[in-house]
Amino acid sequence: MKINDVILQTVTKIVVFIILTFGVELFLSGHNNPGGGFIGGLVLSSAFVLLYLVFDIETVRKGIPFDFKKIAAFGALLAVGTGLGSVLFGSAFLTQTASHFNLPVFGETELSTVVLFEAGVALTVVGVVVTIILSISEDV
Amino acid sequence: MLTITIAIFIPFLAAIFVPFIYKRVRSRNIGWFVMAVPLTLFIALASFIPSVAGGKTYIHTISWIDSAGINFTTYLDGLSMIFGLLITGVGSLVILYSIYYLSEREALGRFYVYLLMFMGAMLGVIFSDNLMVLYVFWELTSISSFLLIAFWYHRKKSRSGAQKSMIITVSGGVGMLAGFIMLHTLTGSFSVREIIATIGQYTGESLFLPAMMLVLFGAFTKSAQFPFHIWLPDAMEAPTPVSAYLHSATMVKAGIYLVARFTPVFGGEAVWFYTVTGVGIFTLFWGSVNAVRQTDLKALLAYSTISQLGLIMSLFGLGSAALNGGYSADSVIYTQATFAALFHLINHSTFKGALFMVVGIVDHQVGTRDIRRLGGLMSLMPVTFTAAVIGSFSMAGLPPFNGFLSKEMFFESVLIIRNLDIFAMGPLWGSIIPVVAWIASVLTFVYSMIIVFQTFLGKHQPDRLDRKAVEAPVGMLVAPSILATFVVGIFFFPNIIGNYVLRPAMAAVYPPFKGAEGLVPHISAWHGFNAPILMTIGVVVLGALLYFFLRYWRGIYSIAPMRWNLDTVYNGLLLQLEKGSAFLTRTYMTGYLRDYLVYIFIFFIATAGGGLLWAGGFSIDLSNDASVTINEYIIILVMMGASVVILFAKSRITAILLNGVLGYSIAILFVVFRAPDLALTQIIVETVTTALFLLCFYFLPEWSKEKSTLSSKMGRGIIAISVGSVVTVLALVVQGNKMFESVSVYFEDAYELAGGKNIVNTILGDFRAFDTMLEVVVLFIAGIGVFTLIKLKAGKGDKDVEDQ
Repeated sequence: MKINDVILQTVTKIVVFIILTFGVELFLSGHNNPGGGFIGGLVLSSAFVLLYLVFDIETVRKGIPFDFKKIAAFGALLAVGTGLGSVLFGSAFLTQTASHFNLPVFGETELSTVVLFEAGVALTVVGVVVTIILSISEDV
Repeated sequence: MLTITIAIFIPFLAAIFVPFIYKRVRSRNIGWFVMAVPLTLFIALASFIPSVAGGKTYIHTISWIDSAGINFTTYLDGLSMIFGLLITGVGSLVILYSIYYLSEREALGRFYVYLLMFMGAMLGVIFSDNLMVLYVFWELTSISSFLLIAFWYHRKKSRSGAQKSMIITVSGGVGMLAGFIMLHTLTGSFSVREIIATIGQYTGESLFLPAMMLVLFGAFTKSAQFPFHIWLPDAMEAPTPVSAYLHSATMVKAGIYLVARFTPVFGGEAVWFYTVTGVGIFTLFWGSVNAVRQTDLKALLAYSTISQLGLIMSLFGLGSAALNGGYSADSVIYTQATFAALFHLINHSTFKGALFMVVGIVDHQVGTRDIRRLGGLMSLMPVTFTAAVIGSFSMAGLPPFNGFLSKEMFFESVLIIRNLDIFAMGPLWGSIIPVVAWIASVLTFVYSMIIVFQTFLGKHQPDRLDRKAVEAPVGMLVAPSILATFVVGIFFFPNIIGNYVLRPAMAAVYPPFKGAEGLVPHISAWHGFNAPILMTIGVVVLGALLYFFLRYWRGIYSIAPMRWNLDTVYNGLLLQLEKGSAFLTRTYMTGYLRDYLVYIFIFFIATAGGGLLWAGGFSIDLSNDASVTINEYIIILVMMGASVVILFAKSRITAILLNGVLGYSIAILFVVFRAPDLALTQIIVETVTTALFLLCFYFLPEWSKEKSTLSSKMGRGIIAISVGSVVTVLALVVQGNKMFESVSVYFEDAYELAGGKNIVNTILGDFRAFDTMLEVVVLFIAGIGVFTLIKLKAGKGDKDVEDQ
């Protein structure tokens, strides 16, 4: 049985980009405004889940050929790694630092190592959520 | 010195690279890369020998969890130097040997990863000053030992041997952890050096003795002391290089290291003296008794290792007597036992390493290690034979090999202890120790002779061997030959070792004796016709007689007390444990989710509600609360309506949707209370869970009307209402009773402290980053767990993949 879901698919094609952008925005604004690695990661993964629901797994896999287990592993490694990074500079484990830089396009910008840590969190969340949903859905 | 800290991590780093290199270099040559690691470390460590011998110690601290007193502190002194040299030195030789021993068909990459992991963990154990760090590395050695024993995991025996060693050593390790925590409670420090400095004030405390016994429990399990020795013979299922490295030269000596390290803490106590000496002496005796009856050469070596470890352990016990009452001219004499222990430790690693390698060569060349099938290999394998003679004769305590020197010192130490008038030791008990030691030495002589004569002399039986006996390739002979050279070399130049390696180690074991006269005796091969040499002559004479008439008295092993076996006890306990836990699990794991929820909620009511009742903290103060507005009432009413209607839902999809109404209403409540972070999270979590629900829909059975009695419905109703009331009361009580100053003031300075304006995120990413990091790791593990459970499960009717 083929379900007619043209409308859903068409809407999704546009909406997914809005969700993904929103996810990145949430991730980046987390330092001073609502958002952060966990929420950003969840939003991103909900976008992926939507894609998987609307199109079938094989089609999405062609478009996004990532192994989400590896993404999760990389995220966990990044989160732990930033903690170790501070040890290399002689500070305590997981010490974070931030500084202001003058970047060409963005102007005066604050760059912080906590972004790396949060990126690790976000990647782990994305990887784990998609892995779990894919594993369960494929177990038919 | 940072060098030592780096030295711990180099093996781990190398282990990361091994799989990548193995992909390129798929041959035995990968071993040369691996061998460079311990060899470099050995040279680096050896460069410290002169300064350490001069009394210097090196310490380096990396701040880790400073607030809990856990820092990555490494400490290099004479004692850790000995072990460091053994780990890296024997490690290099073992890897050299493995290059030729292991066939290229084996998973060499995996093997070397485990081996390097073990090496790093072992270096971590001996160089760590912080007890918590030491504990982590300690358990890591158990884990890597587990992996190495089960290297040929398709064999059932390998798996059970690995499991046995894991269960015994890890339970010892956990006991030791409890001991460490007690020591921390006593002294307020996790640093060994600080504990040694301050322990004197705490010896009378009630925790002192339990801490001592628990630390000893860890040491005895790891060093295979009676009655925990049973894991070591089964660990011989590992490839021979592993047995030579982990189960004779290094890992089993971790327990001895621990005893030596803690001698300044607990030494001088009568309990320590009796436990360490008694267990050591009995293990020495029991190991040697059992070694004689073995027909498998590797099993024989395993029991002989147990026996020799007991010897070293008992010497540390004897040596601890010197610390009773502090330094005096009379007590220095007892330190000789510790000196002998450290000396024998080195000697044992050399000759036992060589013997393991010899047995490995024999096994590799002719395909069996059963002494009933071996014989007459002397002329066929002359180099192997020479190494075997050197190793065995040294173990038997014959000149001109290093085992003779330390054996003599051992006899001297057990004789001296008779004069000891502390610890209320009468002449009877004082004499038992030398007698048992002497009997054990006779048996040691017997099994040493069995190794040499039954393997290499006697009649050659080519038809009973799998392969034709020829000498091993040169590469395989290099490592045992180097060790054999050391065995002979140390005999002729023992004082080099004594002055450069043992002297600083003695200073580490006896801080109050530092620089005392007579702490480092001059080792000489000949010191007149005294009692020890007569004892050695007696050993040789009686041992030779016993060896020649072995077949006449072997029958005693079949009489009742000798057949009693601790393995049976262990297997029985394990079986009972499995049966008991299976029974217990079956009684409450019904397979119904509703039952599990009932357990969880009853537990919650009992602890949280019971706690409230017990503490009597019911004062509710609503005076400071804001008034409830009309739209809050509306949201609450919607939620209540939704939750009540769920109970009467006719289809599953209705129930799920109503549940969603509840979730989104909570999110709206968060918005009303101006918590955008929480609201966002709640909405997204709700959305993702709904998607998950939809997926699981496929697998769920038809929603059928549940037939349950009124009483069970009532019971569940009561539980549900109680949980609700407990949560409500708890929330009100918490709001109304300020027992502590609010910590939120601290987080309000987030912008100054962490540079972020979003307090929630500064808590997650900075103040409590440790929690977040571990949560991320847990999340990842959970994801992988779901994946493996679903993807890798065996389907119905699939064959059992465990046994191949």
